[in-house]
Amino acid sequence: MTAAPIHRAAGRFLLDPAGAVFWPDRRTLIVADLHLEKASSIAARGGLLPPYDSRATLDRLALLLRRYAPERVIALGDSFHDAAGRARLPAQEASHLARMEAAHRFLWIEGNHDAGAGLAEHAEGDAVFRHVAGEVAQGQIEFSGHFHPKARIATRAAAVARPCFVADSHRVLLPAFGAYAGGLEVTSPPIRALFPRGGQVFLLGRERVYAFPLAHAGKAA
Amino acid sequence: MGTDCRFRQVCHVWRVTALPPRFADWFAARGWTPRPHQLAVLGAVRRRESALLIAPTGGGKTLAGFLPSLIALAEAPPEGLHTIYVSPLKALATDIARNLEAPVAEMGLPIRIETRTGDTPANRRARQRARPPHILLTTPESLALLLYDPEAASRFAGLASIVIDEVHALAGTKRGDQLALCLARLARLAPGAVRIGLSATIAHPAAIRAWVSPDGKGGATAMIAGEAGAAPEIGMLIGPARMPWSGHMGLMAAAAVLARIREARMTIVFVNTRAQAELMFEALWKHNEETLPIALHHGSLAVEQRRRVEAAMAGGKLRAVVATSSLDLGIDWAGVDQVIQIGAPKGVSRLLQRLGRANHRLDEASRALLVPANRFEVLECAAAIEGVAAQDLDGDPPRPGGLDVLAQHVLGCACAASFHPDDLFAEITEAAPYAALAREDFDQVVRFVEDGGYALAVYERYRRLFRDAEGVVHVRSEAVARRLRMNIGTIVEAPVLKVRLGAGRGGAVLGEVEEYFAAMLAPGDTFRFAGRLLRFIGIRETSVLCAEGGTGEPKIPAYVGGRMPLSTNLADRVRLMLHTPATWDRFPEPVREWLGLQAARSALPAPDDLLVETFPRGGRWYLVAYCFEGRQAHQALGMLLTRRLERLGFQPLGYVATDYVLGIWCAREPTGIGRLFEEDLLGEDLEAWMAESSMLRRSFRNVAVIAGLIERVHPGGEKNRRQITVNTDLIYDVLRKHDPSHILLRATWADAAHGLVDLARIAGMLARARGRVHHRALPRVSPLAVPVLLEIGRERVGGAEAEEALLGEAEALVAEAMGTGTLV
Repeated sequence: MTAAPIHRAAGRFLLDPAGAVFWPDRRTLIVADLHLEKASSIAARGGLLPPYDSRATLDRLALLLRRYAPERVIALGDSFHDAAGRARLPAQEASHLARMEAAHRFLWIEGNHDAGAGLAEHAEGDAVFRHVAGEVAQGQIEFSGHFHPKARIATRAAAVARPCFVADSHRVLLPAFGAYAGGLEVTSPPIRALFPRGGQVFLLGRERVYAFPLAHAGKAA
Repeated sequence: MGTDCRFRQVCHVWRVTALPPRFADWFAARGWTPRPHQLAVLGAVRRRESALLIAPTGGGKTLAGFLPSLIALAEAPPEGLHTIYVSPLKALATDIARNLEAPVAEMGLPIRIETRTGDTPANRRARQRARPPHILLTTPESLALLLYDPEAASRFAGLASIVIDEVHALAGTKRGDQLALCLARLARLAPGAVRIGLSATIAHPAAIRAWVSPDGKGGATAMIAGEAGAAPEIGMLIGPARMPWSGHMGLMAAAAVLARIREARMTIVFVNTRAQAELMFEALWKHNEETLPIALHHGSLAVEQRRRVEAAMAGGKLRAVVATSSLDLGIDWAGVDQVIQIGAPKGVSRLLQRLGRANHRLDEASRALLVPANRFEVLECAAAIEGVAAQDLDGDPPRPGGLDVLAQHVLGCACAASFHPDDLFAEITEAAPYAALAREDFDQVVRFVEDGGYALAVYERYRRLFRDAEGVVHVRSEAVARRLRMNIGTIVEAPVLKVRLGAGRGGAVLGEVEEYFAAMLAPGDTFRFAGRLLRFIGIRETSVLCAEGGTGEPKIPAYVGGRMPLSTNLADRVRLMLHTPATWDRFPEPVREWLGLQAARSALPAPDDLLVETFPRGGRWYLVAYCFEGRQAHQALGMLLTRRLERLGFQPLGYVATDYVLGIWCAREPTGIGRLFEEDLLGEDLEAWMAESSMLRRSFRNVAVIAGLIERVHPGGEKNRRQITVNTDLIYDVLRKHDPSHILLRATWADAAHGLVDLARIAGMLARARGRVHHRALPRVSPLAVPVLLEIGRERVGGAEAEEALLGEAEALVAEAMGTGTLV
């Protein structure tokens, strides 16, 4: 696994191919849109999806915690698919999450799915953390989730679509970390509007991320 | 006394084999006599037996299916539903209804005939409920919808006959699985009803009889053969240009094809893919100076557009239609007198089906032309012509029924009436596709329908079904039934967008393209669709907006799937032909020269060995294996061989598969070739590779939709889509990791092993090749290897690893073009 470094005024950040950002200066791991207990939320409406999404998501998070050994984890909202999600966690997953919370400091930020489950936003030095991208002051860097960005890149043989980071000089959109979280094309208007002067996408690969200009995503070969 | 006796005997014979006077008169008034197979079907029904009628088109097959019902209803028309007719095509049901009205009106029979399909308006459906017709013409999906309803038992109680059209096209498919289950259900609701299956000529008649029969094993079902038609006249059309080495479009033959269209009354020009249809249509019109009316027909065009083309054909207003398999089945057009197949025919049965579209009169031979698009296809066309003459039908017997379809059926049955699992199991095992189903599998399917059937049982409170103290299964709520009704059927389409002409919402809909194609278009791009050159404007909600015209190289929408592999029978014939130079005189000179050079420079593949060539070229080493097992089998084999080459240190770099040949390129010279093809190859990595492959993911998506794990996306419901549907790839990954023996994964594997990978063909080839690998180490590329080398770069590569490599390549390319070393 090789994480791609980006350098901003606030410092150096590593974009990990698992879909998380590591901030070495503050020993902080940043993830977005875990959507825990999405399956059971849908099951209540009749769709009996495999009930292993929380387990899969937490297992992937545990791998990152072992790799980076962060002091702190910032979850950028929609950590649970609905407000009652935490209460529905199966016993094994609940204790897994409890062990993680005991070993690392978790900073929960609330999202639209889990309103009230955390801070509205958090600012620290020149970095600001929130669920939905907003106003960013000069010299600041903002980390947000919500949109579940994915990009489609034309290659020699076929178009390849992957979840991705989208970044410019003052914003980083994180891909959704949850096992069942789908994606929104970076070509869609809500994402485009956040990057009027262009930017870069970093597609998640197995061992590393693949970088392209934002304008290149969704283009024909 | 003597005369009386004779009279009675005559009466008896009359009653058993001939028609009531009213019908006999009707036949006579048209100058017709009932055909023996029509009377044989009638005889079977009078013995209260079912029947499978196998006959070519044009033999009065449909009338044979309805005659027993018309006679019974003419004698004593009771109230209520008497006969159901099921066809794979809505259009066919409508057309047959129209055709049946004629005899009914002319004989003055008091019979009401109606259709019911997805297009039937709600008020007509309500009327049919209040006062059912005597004869109902429908599709498998609409029949399922009627059966998964609490009123089913009373609605079907008086049913006497079920006519199943185009059985050969349904048996062995998921639609067929669902229909077979519905037939088993009908047998419980109306135990006296007989079944009449109508089929084209097929390779496995006994298996199709079992499929039609009430016990699923062929019992109480007469096998009736229609008269054989005149043998078709098939020729090969070779354009004046030099025969190309590769390519599958056959566009260089357009002028020659147009000349043949000019000579015939009406021609169907069959092609193999929708993209090819668009290109061939354009190529024909380029030469069409006298503006002969030539139309286009394929499955992605708007329904109205297709209906217009069909109506123009029926009205004799067209001289030719360029079509894909969208016209393989369907309405009989008396006017068609020539069929031209462009590109490889792929199999004898499929070719015969297409030939049957020309000339619906038994006593006249149908005329057909095969147009090969490259050198290998010349061989394949010649093999197909031989195969048709020998009536060497291909195609596999129907595979076992899908567990996903069974899951939908189980829920449907629960919505209609509570059931005990023992009874339902006994019922469904009378459907041929499920005759061999293990009780354990059935129980797992029922558990899946109940609560998802997961090893982690956490969905107790969300159950769809519950069991009472006696073990009887009930549906939990009306919401469950409503959800089922919205998701019925086994046809799962890839996500598509409508193609709309004009910038507003009101523009005419031309048809549909797959979502991924639309996503690749930028405003101003041009693309070719529905026979028009279109300029892309943008995407609004579920529509691709476009305008006529535009400049630049147009793109052609391609569609996932749809490419058939070469059949085993044809492959065997091609191999034999290659090895028998005496048969080459029918080939054009460039092809003979090509094969001659191959014999001199390397060797010709023999029927009972496996020729493998290795040679250096451009700093790489190539390995070309002449397996003739079809593209899908070659693709799996390519993956297996690359892994083995990797382990042996030959550093394979990639592979490419065609229907005939597999080519692999390596950094180092591969040696010990015989060892590579040993049979243990199959055990090694296949499972891991398949599990990761995009085709298994696609399979899983279909299974998940059919089984009711995720909901279908309905047009108009797109706005809620992101909330409701979950990407099935993500579900697949999670399920595979945490519940690997789940019933839906097993259903996915069964689909893939039968339909997608041709495992049996790989195994057969490896067994045949044992000790018979004929390796030729050559100094340079051989003539026969040129076509596969030309395919390199055109083929899609599957698998996650290949995707990584492609992404890396694209990233480096863009970085270089942008003049930045790294992009950060």
